[in-house]
Amino acid sequence: MTTTTATIKFAPVLPLRWLAWFGFALLLCIAPLVFNKGASLSLLSQMGTVMIFALSYNMLLGQGGMLSFGHAVYAGLGGFFAIHAMNLAAAGKIWLPITLAPLVGGLAGMLFGVLFGYVTTKKAGTPFAMITLGIGELVFSCSLMFPEFFGGEGGVSTNRVYGEKFLGISYGPQIEVYYLIAFWLFVSAIGMYAFTQTPLGRIINAVRDNPERAEFIGYDTQWVRYMTLILSGFFAGISGGLSAINFEIVTAENVGAHASGAILFFTFIGGAGYFFGPMIGAIIGVFMTVMLSDFTKAWHLYLGLFFIIIVMYAPGGVARVIMQNLRVVEYGKFGRVWRSMTAVSASTLLAFFGAVIGIEMLYHLTLESANGTTRKLFGIMVDTAAAPGWLVAGTLLAIGAIGFRLALPGFRRAWGEVNAEIEEQIRRAA
Amino acid sequence: MSNLSVELQDVRKSFGKSEIIRGANLKVPKGERFAIIGPNGAGKSTLFNLISGRFPVSSGDIKLNGKSILGLKPFEINRRGLSRSFQITNIFHRLSVYENLRCAVLWSLGYKYSFWHRLNGLKDTHERAEQVLEQIGLRRRRDTLAGLLTYAEQRALEIGITIAGGADVILLDEPTAGMSRSESDAAVELIRKVTVGKTLLMVEHDMSVVFGLADKIAVVVYGEVIACDTPANIRNNAKVQEAYLGGHAPVAEAGG
Amino acid sequence: MEFTLVTLLNGLSYGLLLFMLSSGLTLIFSMMGVLNFAHASFYMLGAYFAYTISLKIGFWPALIIAPLLVGLLGAAVERFGLRAVHKFGHIPELLFTFGLSFVIVEMVQMIWGRAAVPYPIPAVLDGPLFTLFTTHFPMYRGFMMLIAVLMLASIFLVLTRTRIGLVIQAALTHPDMVEALGHNVPRVFMLVFGGGCALAGLAGVIGGNAFVTEPGMAATVGSIIFVVVVVGGMGSLAGALLASLLIGVLQTFAVALDYSIATLFSSIGAMVTPQTFGYPVLKLTISQIAPIMPYLLLVLILIFRPRGLMGVREG
Repeated sequence: MTTTTATIKFAPVLPLRWLAWFGFALLLCIAPLVFNKGASLSLLSQMGTVMIFALSYNMLLGQGGMLSFGHAVYAGLGGFFAIHAMNLAAAGKIWLPITLAPLVGGLAGMLFGVLFGYVTTKKAGTPFAMITLGIGELVFSCSLMFPEFFGGEGGVSTNRVYGEKFLGISYGPQIEVYYLIAFWLFVSAIGMYAFTQTPLGRIINAVRDNPERAEFIGYDTQWVRYMTLILSGFFAGISGGLSAINFEIVTAENVGAHASGAILFFTFIGGAGYFFGPMIGAIIGVFMTVMLSDFTKAWHLYLGLFFIIIVMYAPGGVARVIMQNLRVVEYGKFGRVWRSMTAVSASTLLAFFGAVIGIEMLYHLTLESANGTTRKLFGIMVDTAAAPGWLVAGTLLAIGAIGFRLALPGFRRAWGEVNAEIEEQIRRAA
Repeated sequence: MSNLSVELQDVRKSFGKSEIIRGANLKVPKGERFAIIGPNGAGKSTLFNLISGRFPVSSGDIKLNGKSILGLKPFEINRRGLSRSFQITNIFHRLSVYENLRCAVLWSLGYKYSFWHRLNGLKDTHERAEQVLEQIGLRRRRDTLAGLLTYAEQRALEIGITIAGGADVILLDEPTAGMSRSESDAAVELIRKVTVGKTLLMVEHDMSVVFGLADKIAVVVYGEVIACDTPANIRNNAKVQEAYLGGHAPVAEAGG
Repeated sequence: MEFTLVTLLNGLSYGLLLFMLSSGLTLIFSMMGVLNFAHASFYMLGAYFAYTISLKIGFWPALIIAPLLVGLLGAAVERFGLRAVHKFGHIPELLFTFGLSFVIVEMVQMIWGRAAVPYPIPAVLDGPLFTLFTTHFPMYRGFMMLIAVLMLASIFLVLTRTRIGLVIQAALTHPDMVEALGHNVPRVFMLVFGGGCALAGLAGVIGGNAFVTEPGMAATVGSIIFVVVVVGGMGSLAGALLASLLIGVLQTFAVALDYSIATLFSSIGAMVTPQTFGYPVLKLTISQIAPIMPYLLLVLILIFRPRGLMGVREG
């Protein structure tokens, strides 16, 4: 009759997977040795916590198709509970080594997942998104109403150096905090990856693809979403706890719409369709928010524009772009696209420069003209009120835009042809 | 215990002011293959939607294995042993064919909402999914994303998902819609194979499929079941001829 | 008595403003399935455009020009931005509008600065409309209500009595069929999107000087109108009206009431002190929880009536 397999053969992909995880662990260990400037360590630490947060968010977005505008409540509330627990431990009232503090955050996040998730998962799709927005606003407003717990405007602070040293680690120096974060990141990433290999993890994918069909194979879709949200809240809470340790402060901003919007940006930019996408998004996002703000006041605007461009031209995120290009290279067809790709990229870059110049000048004019109208742009002194700067900006923008419009069809055609051929090859090989 | 798998008692359904189902009565004994035919707009798909819990009835009763299933949600009805396919292919397009089938068996094998079992280590789900994969003839496409299959392959997968869970009562909504002659024949063979020992309810327009598979035919016109009998008797039924077959018997005489 | 009447009127005018905003949102959502996250941003743009125009020309021209400008901008956004994202599905559409809302706020800050701008009520409308007992009811509030009601009536008339209205209604549920009948459905979409944005802009013109015109105004009102749409029932204009008025009146009443559970207790003789268990919750006055009332309503509706007050279908 049928050929039933007695044992499950390990797919040849598996060794590759082990290698990837080992490589990831290695990377985590040696990163601070490579990027050893003072500020870099703090940046790496931040990226680590945001990575966990983004991965937890992708449990909802990428795996469940659930767009949430209020995910920061789980991370933020986790952070608040963790920081209070740490303060209690520092006062000697409870036993909680810092190493385990993120777990308190995780449990808090999970608890609120149980509480809020019951209400939010009653709907799906767009209504769900709006409900999460409402709940997020609710929590944020509540956090300002109860200063006893949330610390009011100033938030709640702590000192992470308390208690006895654990194996000589006091968590005072940033490097020790980094390795704590790296440890939790690795453990959480494994946990969230393992989730994707469980029945619930697979069924949430089915619910994402076709909720109606999922009901007809015996699953209560609301319950599936609810449980996934609870688990996602757990990991978000861990990231909140780590953030509390890293910054030694948690404020109402940690549960606010801004934080929720940011993690949505980062995860989507990174790529919701791949497990590692959110991690890339976290790196890019933290980099932009921390580093870019040193160079320009308009970084907020740039982040928003970048996000829109990704939505319009690369909705699969950076991860997808990378994987697609890798696939083209793998099939040896890159030679057919690199010319048109360069044309598109060059014109985009030109337009980008023009836009940046214009935006920077405009920002300077409206927000800083009290100090005079000249400023330094790319090393050149520019008078933002005079014409030449604007002419340059406008010309670059125009040339770039026109070039983009001209180069895009050619690129689209070449790209489409190449990918169609690759897919045909895959289909035939099956 | 009732020996009727599905029973409709004076079922009525209105959408707003229009009454689509106007008192439908049907008795489907266990293990029999029923085909539901009727002119377009007669309410065949609506009946399916009512039985499977997609819409609530306006009045009347629907019984599954003797117990009323009014007001139950689709997943509750499914857990009581009824599974259905859809007219417009309804699969998990971002999962592979194998994953589609594996999802379909998870609940029936008792894994429910587990997030502590390792999927790839579950031998029983693997074996059952492979078994169905073989039955529907999609072994070659095991790891292809379901959204990339051809239309006929997707219809076959649709049937596979429907029967994978081991339900006793199978509802197939126009399973051969849009298929060529040879594809339909293959589908009929598949349906015959996989519904051995089960109760089958099938909405169909293709008469050769109907006369080839069905033990009994129920004819639905304007929201009522006007006749329910063996294929031979239906062919000779004057009411049916007038309402549906247009006064003459179908050309294909494929068994009876 | 006086307090109740005045607060009721104020609540109604605020509720009608909310409705002006949420009606456009509902229309766009029903029509195109896309929830325009940037809707409140267009409201803000309406206020800012009106400010600049009324500075240069006057308020009355601004009343006409500003919404038109915003509508044009909205149509352009649909044509050159949203349309490209259509094919990716609803979530990318929502994300596009989300990113757009972000960018609009940034650009407004870039052009007009971060502080609130002094967008004034025109002198001819400034002053009491009538006097209830001892309180003046501002003329401008009455003007707002008038505009809102006119707007409502004209939407209703356009949708039910004109040809384009019929096409829009048809395209609401069967865009493909309408296109097959020869109507330029993409252009209809652009029209509806632009129209919805223009409505938001109009709301901004009259709301911006009644309340404050600043970069944060979009965020403040944005989340509330989403609550309105969910509470009213997705896709239902009548529900949006009901929910807007309900929330408007509730919030306006709440802001004026300074009672808390603690005061309730003390009125029956049980004293509540800082040592009482749960004191932080007990001492909260109604006016303090006024900001979160819409969200509490949202949670209640979701638990007890998930399809909304007048929801047409299961979300």
